[in-house]
Amino acid sequence: MKVPLRDLGRGLWSLLSGMRVTLGQFFKPTVTVHYPHQALKMPPRFRGHIELVRDPETGKAICYACKLCERACPSDCITVEGVKLEGDKKKSVTEYRLDFTKCSLCGACVEACKSNAIRFSHEYNLAGRSKEQFIMDLFKRLEAEGK
Amino acid sequence: MNLPEPYRLLIFLAGTLAFVGFHAAYLVWVERKGAGRFQRRPGPTEAGYAGLLQPIADALKLLSKQVIVPPTSDAVLFRAAPMMVMAPALMCLAVIPFGETLVARKVNFGLVMVFAFGSINVMAIMLSGWASRNKYAIISAARIVSQNVAYEIPMLLVAITLLMMMGTMDLQEIVRKQAGWFWNWNLFQLAANPLMPVTFLIFYICMLAETNRAPFDMAEAESELVAGAFTEYAGMGFGVFFMAEYANVVVGCSLATILFLGGWQSPIGWLPGPWWFLAKMYFLIFCVVWVRWTFPRTQFYGLLNLSWKILIPVSLFTLVLTSVMLKLF
Amino acid sequence: MFTLNLGPQHPATHGVLRVKMTMDGEYIRRAEPVPGYIHRMHEKMGENRTWAQYLPNTSRVDYLSAMHYTHAYVGVVERALGLKPPPRAEYIRVITSELNRISSHLVWLGAFLLDLGGFTPLLYAFDDREKILDLLEGITGARLTYCYYRFGGLCNDVDDTFVRGAQEFVAYMRPRLSMYQTLVTDNIILQKRLVGIGLITSEQCRKYGATGPVIRGSGVAYDVRRVEPYSVYPELDFDIPVFPEGDSMARYRVRMEEMAQSLRIIEQALARLPDGPVMAANVPRVLKLPAGDYCYAVEAARGRFMVRIVSDGGEVPYRVKLRTPSFSNLSLFEETSRGLLLPDAIALLGSLDLVIPDVDR
Repeated sequence: MKVPLRDLGRGLWSLLSGMRVTLGQFFKPTVTVHYPHQALKMPPRFRGHIELVRDPETGKAICYACKLCERACPSDCITVEGVKLEGDKKKSVTEYRLDFTKCSLCGACVEACKSNAIRFSHEYNLAGRSKEQFIMDLFKRLEAEGK
Repeated sequence: MNLPEPYRLLIFLAGTLAFVGFHAAYLVWVERKGAGRFQRRPGPTEAGYAGLLQPIADALKLLSKQVIVPPTSDAVLFRAAPMMVMAPALMCLAVIPFGETLVARKVNFGLVMVFAFGSINVMAIMLSGWASRNKYAIISAARIVSQNVAYEIPMLLVAITLLMMMGTMDLQEIVRKQAGWFWNWNLFQLAANPLMPVTFLIFYICMLAETNRAPFDMAEAESELVAGAFTEYAGMGFGVFFMAEYANVVVGCSLATILFLGGWQSPIGWLPGPWWFLAKMYFLIFCVVWVRWTFPRTQFYGLLNLSWKILIPVSLFTLVLTSVMLKLF
Repeated sequence: MFTLNLGPQHPATHGVLRVKMTMDGEYIRRAEPVPGYIHRMHEKMGENRTWAQYLPNTSRVDYLSAMHYTHAYVGVVERALGLKPPPRAEYIRVITSELNRISSHLVWLGAFLLDLGGFTPLLYAFDDREKILDLLEGITGARLTYCYYRFGGLCNDVDDTFVRGAQEFVAYMRPRLSMYQTLVTDNIILQKRLVGIGLITSEQCRKYGATGPVIRGSGVAYDVRRVEPYSVYPELDFDIPVFPEGDSMARYRVRMEEMAQSLRIIEQALARLPDGPVMAANVPRVLKLPAGDYCYAVEAARGRFMVRIVSDGGEVPYRVKLRTPSFSNLSLFEETSRGLLLPDAIALLGSLDLVIPDVDR
């Protein structure tokens, strides 16, 4: 009789102390971020989809279509085309197609690039109605940004 | 007010329906807000100020959905079950006195009526499980019957204890006898039964089990039985079960308020009125929410063990103790 | 007797596991797990991409303990090449791995309690986990599939913010663990649901190759960090929690205790964190592994994870074999769930801590 009563008391006590814990949390401020009204800032190393980097001097893309990123990509999402303009030593990029539907944001392309011509963007609001929206031309994107 | 009886009844009918409808809708809001606070998040905030329009939005959404009756189910019973689960809760409220004069129907055996209609709810959930012809739903139906048989007994034993003390089944009379300061409430009638708080605890636990609230939500048990007896219900069919759960919580907490916490009586001896009733009831409802968001679900045999091995012996003991005390003093 | 299909879409199977149960009322006569609904051919994918290109795959096998999986793959390639990462890299690997272990166990805690019908601990656990994810996001740029380790080191160094954040986290987490003790572990309802339920003997663990908290909950002190030491674990002082009961509660306690031990490891590793480079100097630009057969095992959050690679000397693996702990742990379920009630079987399934993509890979 004594042991079951003690167990009963202990059980009740455990329930009450559990309730004390949750009540303690009840009066504490909330910890959530009220997205979309508030949003967090992405850390500097955040890996969004890649984007081309502009050369601060010339204002054009640094990329000279060496295709190292194309080869490094494990999922074949990058297609780079470039032409050699007259008077230039290197090629310049004319098309940089990223098939984001296949990309797994591993960063192999960024690491493969020797001239730091691509970097991760901080964009995370990626939603679309069709698959085609995610096959993006980063070169055109860069051009559009320039205007 | 001296209204003719038929008009008075109509007003009370509308009032009861509105009361149940309002509470069923807004207890969902209270539950969600409460759960949010317990979990350090704000709960619904988007629809209206502090999400106050959320229940209406939910109801509209549920109403706009198709009510699907699965082809293999027993269509008549499948449709009847949601109605059967809602109606008893409404019936119970007819005899619940909210204030000195605020009662739909004075019935001098009100307590029996509440218990009688309170048990129908179980049958309705069982029917819904049976009519669904779904394996999860049938397991759930079997569970709910054995659970409610087990918990009806200690609840009634507790009620008998109170009956012996009060000598009446009239709920209004029971409240009237608890007039005065809070030590006149049945909860603190230690002279009649030194174990009165324990009795109240038993009643409260049984009430949780009867209304299928966590940690005794065996019928729904979403991580085991998907949604139990309600698995096949869509749209407002499910919505009615949902509302009935809260309506039953209201009935259960009202009954606990009347039986133990002195109904509309004021704890400090003056200004008695329905507001005290509501305050006490809301406190009990808050505890229901609090319990739900604190504990994991009990195991089914654990639940039966609790009833047969702990609650029934203890409530029998308090029953005997009360009769001895009444005889002696 | 009837057949109950638990899954592939069921709240308690956390993903797309299907368990075909032959039931007698609520008693389980036979429960047959049917995996394969999220098979993604990770092993085959290894055969058509270079050694470096396979790296991102590893963090997707078990997305909850991505660091450990990457560690094993990076480790096996380093072993084949004879590379030795610099000490700073090794320490950071240990810190991030242990942080990842805590975050994985926190997800398990929440999901397990959800299986048992308790909702609130899930949110508390996710709140704590968020702090770890923020820390790791700051250094790796990702919240789940980190892909942080490289052959011969790390892809980037940690900064002071991370070190300070990790120290603060250790200080923050200890009281939280005692809060879980009060709220969850001591709870009588939880005790009743877990003690003596879902017994697994050490013999069964051996038979099915179960590892991790499952075998440690059956009384066998098997931890890869001890029995096949790797990285800088031998230099650190930590205990291997072992509970001999073999029930769901024992596995629960092992994981809770492991979180405390991981905090100890992080604390020590942070104190000893040496300066220096995070990348070995002699990493070849084009990786060609010498022909041969190599293995490397780590203690992932769910148990022993081993990568075995066979190289024919080329740029592309000849064969990649992943030995995942969840698969072995799941195979126990058929034998141990016989005769259990449905809710108990779900408690058992939850205590095995399965990640279904890890089962199917």
